[in-house]
Amino acid sequence: MTMAGEAEGAGGIRADIACGRLPLDAYLDNFSDIHPALGRHEAKIESDRCYFCYDAPCVKACPTAIDIPLFIRKISTGNVDGAAATIFAANILGGMCARVCPTETLCEEACVRNTAEDKPVTIGLLQRHATDAYMAAHATFGQRKAPTGRRVAVVGAGPAGLACAHALALEGHDVTIFEARPKPGGLNEYGIAAYKAVGGFAQHEVDFVTAIGGITIETGKALGRDLSLAGLAADFDAVFLGMGLSGVNALGLAGEAGEGVVDAVDWIAVLRQAEDRASVPVGRRVVVVGGGMTAIDAAVQAKKLGAEEVTIVYRRGEEAMNASPYERDLARKAGVLIRTFLRPVSLGFVDGHVDHVVVERTRLDVAGRPLGTGETLTLPADQVMKAIGQTIGDKAPFAGGVALEAGRVRVDAAFRTSMPKVWAGGDCTGVGEDLTVVAVAQGKAAAASIHAALAG
Amino acid sequence: MADLTTSFCGIKSPNPFWLASAPPTDKQYNVERAYREGWGGVVWKTLGEGPEIVNVSGPRYDGIHAADRRLIAFTNIELITDRPLDVNLCEIAAVKKNWPDRALVVSLMVPCEEASWRAILPLVEATGADGIELNFGCPHGMSERGMGSAVGQVPDYIEMVVRWCKQYTRMPVITKLTPNITDIRYPARAALKGGSDAVSLVNTVSSIMSVDLDLFAPTPTVDGKGSHGGMCGPAIKPIALNMVAEIARDPATRGLPISGIGGITTWRDAAEFIALGAGNVQVCTAAMTYGFRIVKEMIDGLSDWMDTKGYTSIDDFRGRAVPNVTDWQYLNLDYVAKARIDQDLCIKCGRCHIACEDTSHQAITAMVDGRRHFEVIDAECVGCNLCVNVCPVENCITMQPLTSGTDPRTGRPVGGYRNWTMHPNNPMAKTAAERESR
Repeated sequence: MTMAGEAEGAGGIRADIACGRLPLDAYLDNFSDIHPALGRHEAKIESDRCYFCYDAPCVKACPTAIDIPLFIRKISTGNVDGAAATIFAANILGGMCARVCPTETLCEEACVRNTAEDKPVTIGLLQRHATDAYMAAHATFGQRKAPTGRRVAVVGAGPAGLACAHALALEGHDVTIFEARPKPGGLNEYGIAAYKAVGGFAQHEVDFVTAIGGITIETGKALGRDLSLAGLAADFDAVFLGMGLSGVNALGLAGEAGEGVVDAVDWIAVLRQAEDRASVPVGRRVVVVGGGMTAIDAAVQAKKLGAEEVTIVYRRGEEAMNASPYERDLARKAGVLIRTFLRPVSLGFVDGHVDHVVVERTRLDVAGRPLGTGETLTLPADQVMKAIGQTIGDKAPFAGGVALEAGRVRVDAAFRTSMPKVWAGGDCTGVGEDLTVVAVAQGKAAAASIHAALAG
Repeated sequence: MADLTTSFCGIKSPNPFWLASAPPTDKQYNVERAYREGWGGVVWKTLGEGPEIVNVSGPRYDGIHAADRRLIAFTNIELITDRPLDVNLCEIAAVKKNWPDRALVVSLMVPCEEASWRAILPLVEATGADGIELNFGCPHGMSERGMGSAVGQVPDYIEMVVRWCKQYTRMPVITKLTPNITDIRYPARAALKGGSDAVSLVNTVSSIMSVDLDLFAPTPTVDGKGSHGGMCGPAIKPIALNMVAEIARDPATRGLPISGIGGITTWRDAAEFIALGAGNVQVCTAAMTYGFRIVKEMIDGLSDWMDTKGYTSIDDFRGRAVPNVTDWQYLNLDYVAKARIDQDLCIKCGRCHIACEDTSHQAITAMVDGRRHFEVIDAECVGCNLCVNVCPVENCITMQPLTSGTDPRTGRPVGGYRNWTMHPNNPMAKTAAERESR
């Protein structure tokens, strides 16, 4: 079944990266919906658990401030479309957020039910119940105001760009979204784990958002290659930058470009775009370097593709990982080994193919920085995935226009950049957590600021 | 181990739990299943005269549910038994023979004519049944024919029919009352005046359960139309408790045995009826919801509670709440209670705050020193108990009486006693000599 590599490595086993490690139906199981949708009966029972809190903590914990008690109450009375309307009015990507939000650190963590019984209302699943029903029955949400004749360019068709575009289109402005990749959706399409957004949901959601009208998407148009900030600012009444982060941090080790060493985000993108999961090669022994969501998503999916051993190595303690306890638990349940206080110090290759990673034990200094202890160990690896953070990538397109700060686009409270007529939101800014829901909130806030500027 | 046996107007029963006259008691099969599970007595579903009545063949029940589908209220448009009289009589005789230690009472409803009662009573007596219950309560269908609640709403008719029954049978007579009347004391007094050995109450409450918004018809809907039904279940328990108490404390009917009926679902419900003077209780909706075996919980729960409290028999606590039922005018207006929120139990949902802030007395904080914090402002709290009722955590908010000092809201000293009859704001305040003592 496997197509084994040729080299004899440190473990005495030949480097082994292969596709089709599993029986075909195992892929269906492994990549099926991680949280199957609630049925009508389940939703009814769960909606009854909401206390309809005053000044509800869950709403405050939601970056898009969805009126959660109100939408849940609407579900409980059978007004599911009304529930979805409450959600979409605050967050047009409520469908995706219901799937990918780390609710355990946002709304559900704030739920008062935790205090008495440690079991929050499953807000994410209820949100999905309402938005799924609405999206199955309606092509879009909202009614555009009369056209204003104003034109806005949005760079990037990810969550920030889509949210911004929808909000501007609602106000009657015409929006053109420029997207570098072949498909819109951004990380929803290329990034997040496959089992969180099954059935082509990301594209369905893009269609839902754009069906309001007044939004054109041009794919294959990248800032710096096909477009320039100056050109956009000249051609449009306003510009919104929501292009996310296209670069990744390097380990800084020799041989990093060698065979078997991949950027986790790229590997996930390949997996997401694969028609057939069985066609995606994965190592038999995989080492993932990093402590965030990308590391978890890569590790879990490697395991689900049939990798025998998947190890996450992280240079600090587990509590410092960006991945939430829930996500770490998910990884462990999938059979991923999480090892902490380890940092890679060298990559070993056999015949040009990665064979092992040498890691060094670390400890934290008084300032909390990880320091090497000098003690090393060797982890056999057929494949090494780098997931140690993303960067804005090529900075040239911003030169002389938009100021950066700590490697990200600098924005003010209204998401204006340093360049007149140019706003930004989402991961490319240095503000807020890098989450879909935060990107949506920022895209929407920027849209409000743009609209005010265009109206003024 | 408490003794649960009862003797209700001479009818003996191993426990106070009877099944009310209703679908569960329509035939031998059901009644014997009920006895097997432990029910102390049964009131056989109402017998009538003449050709068997005909029930609708569409829906005859409907309910109101809490969001978890718990049945809060139930309604029916079923009539009295639709089985032939001789079949019922035969089965009643057989059941009584098979289960001599259980109470078996037969519910009756025939037209308000002496001949009709005179004809049916010997037939029932011949079965060996322990007593009869006069169905003056059924509010639907039969009432259109001058029976059921149509009789129960006219005290003179009650007295007249009870008198006939006492004349033509030696069996104890229980008069079942309808709640669809303004003052329940009048039919109870009439029953006593006619010689009734006991009353049972309440029968069902006239009701339209809901309206089908597609058909624009009341539910249950029969071929596009609906008719008011009789509502029962947990929702009517408060109505029933009040009516039982009214009769129990009415000097004109004091001591008249009462069989308590209305939404009894647990041992606790039963204990409450007995505390208000009921000699036993009758149950229907709970059995129709969960099946007959719920009686095991009722028997065990009541027995356990009695043991805990040191009551050895039902009579030990029967009626003990009656002296504490009084008129509003005798409530102590100088009694002051304040809500107290247990901060360890509080889950910070804020429902107490918003209920008080929006709809009552602005007496609960939402924010203290920039923190989400809910506590009672004594200077505003009138002790209304709204917050206790909206709080999702049991015993998190409690009402605690002030025992000394002054009420921070009114500045008045607490701990005294003034009811309305002696209050200075009452222009009709009576003199001290006229006051009811506490």
